[in-house]
Amino acid sequence: MSLNYVFRRFGVFLLIVWAGATINFLMPRMAPVNPIRERLLQAVSFGGAGKTDMEAVVATYEARFGLDQPLWKQYLRYLGDVARLDFGVSIANFPSRASDIIMRALPWTLGLLTTATLIAFALGTVLGALLAWPRSPGALHYFAAPFLALSAIPYYLLGLVLVFLLGFTLRAFPLGGGFTLGTLPGPTLAFAIDVIYHSIVPALSIVLSSVGFWALSMRGMMVTVQGEDYVNYAEARGLKSREIFFRYALRNALLPQTTALALAMGYVVSGAVLVEVVFAYPGVGTVLYRAVQTFDYFVIYGVVLMVILAIAVVTLILDLVYPLLDPRIAYRR
Amino acid sequence: MTLSPIFAAARRHPQLAAGLIVVFVVLAFGPVGTLFVDTDLARVGSAEPNLSPSLEHLLGTDAAGRDLLAVMVAGTPLTLRVGFLAGAVGLGIGIILGFLAGYFGGLVDTLIRGAADVLLTVPGLLFLVVLATSLRTAVTVDMMALVVASLAWMLPTRTIRSQVLSMRERAYVQVARLSGMKDLEIIARELLPNLLPYLAASFVSAVGAAVLASIGLEALGLGPQNEPTLGMTIYWALYYTSLLRGMWWWWAPPIAMIVLIFIGLFLVSMGLDRIANPRIWKVSS
Repeated sequence: MSLNYVFRRFGVFLLIVWAGATINFLMPRMAPVNPIRERLLQAVSFGGAGKTDMEAVVATYEARFGLDQPLWKQYLRYLGDVARLDFGVSIANFPSRASDIIMRALPWTLGLLTTATLIAFALGTVLGALLAWPRSPGALHYFAAPFLALSAIPYYLLGLVLVFLLGFTLRAFPLGGGFTLGTLPGPTLAFAIDVIYHSIVPALSIVLSSVGFWALSMRGMMVTVQGEDYVNYAEARGLKSREIFFRYALRNALLPQTTALALAMGYVVSGAVLVEVVFAYPGVGTVLYRAVQTFDYFVIYGVVLMVILAIAVVTLILDLVYPLLDPRIAYRR
Repeated sequence: MTLSPIFAAARRHPQLAAGLIVVFVVLAFGPVGTLFVDTDLARVGSAEPNLSPSLEHLLGTDAAGRDLLAVMVAGTPLTLRVGFLAGAVGLGIGIILGFLAGYFGGLVDTLIRGAADVLLTVPGLLFLVVLATSLRTAVTVDMMALVVASLAWMLPTRTIRSQVLSMRERAYVQVARLSGMKDLEIIARELLPNLLPYLAASFVSAVGAAVLASIGLEALGLGPQNEPTLGMTIYWALYYTSLLRGMWWWWAPPIAMIVLIFIGLFLVSMGLDRIANPRIWKVSS
């Protein structure tokens, strides 16, 4: 892997994070009325506890946002804040910092999402590979059909149906939440089991509705690979069909499939955010939902930036691992 | 007799035919429904709240006293409107940018491709959340479509760009160029007609993505508050905890309709894909 490639890829990473931060900066400033200022003044006029503190927040915010400084200075300062992951304070839960709220929720989202996505990716890839293999049993197509149909349904809508069937009707699983209310979160086995128990249905809804997507994608890659000369040559050499499948077709089709995983991260995360809303799962999706309800701008922008950052990191890692899997990539421009 | 070519085509492309039928049924649901159902009942407080399905209210009523069959009849066309409008705008932008990038290349290509690639890796829904919360005014259905369209152009741009890139070097384009055709004329008379299957497939997937994005935004509460779109119906159902109250007739119909829309669009795009890329489907089918 050439150093040049690493640097170039890191530049793209910075570009993505910078673009996300800049859009977050510009969006409220392009609106006819500055929505953040309006919301802050509204919070002050409601008064209540911490009113004087809130006025201090408005003063700080105006100093940064107001016309007393040129736009580029505000922008540089904003970029500095973002670099330190300082998103400001929560308007709705005033003294808490937006970054604290997000950091508390992030492990839940990461845990649920990584597990569910990896399971779905693995199952879908195997299923797709078998679907494209001429020697797999015909019954497989009937087995795969329901998954392909489910892939047309957004995660969270399938989640709603699953909660109704498994949680409400059968009462086999909890209706929502990340753990039983009243239990003390801690590193105990009982708590871990409780967390897993609560995440089964949310994870199931993500897995069931994305297996078909990965299967279709893998099938496409396999069909392309099977048309390649080296597969024909392997057949002509009289290699065993199973060996061709594993060593020639599957291994080469896995490469573009990994790229597809990197490209789909944004879509996967957007879907998972809404799954959390349906299940009231204590991750960033629910934080975002509550923030949207109360127009808690700093939390909204903080969540968006954190997710962009997380996805950028994941794609960066995938892209840096990729040349190890496929040496051709690092040398091609 | 005159219908027989249609049947023959349907037999050759069963997915496309099935998909078109589903899409047509969904499209017709609203207009046909108004003949039988009074859509005024979709307003808040027009009926007794929390009724389970009965002969009088076939799909029951919600907690705010809306007749849910009327909500479905009034809401389905609104959701489709958002999808088709946003899909059309997204495809329009995609055609312009895709041709600019693919045909002229150079710096324009680098910039357009870079912007599309960066925006593609970013979770679109979250950007739309930022946009929609920054507007902070009462959103209308058409505004909703434009918000969604602002992120619906990247995939069409990429698809069209790569197709144009490969077509640009084909012999018939070279011949047209040698015979003195202007660039715009080549694009309009040689490239566009050959791209039609791709454009149709891009449009269908853009519509699907737009419906998905709009429902996602609405489920977070960022849709038109006073319009009974499918996504807003789901939002209210979640907001008033219809699930815990066992009011399945509230959330199940909009979900069923959305699933129908997606399955229809999915089948159509698979069918179009087979026409546009016959090679991918050659093996095993």
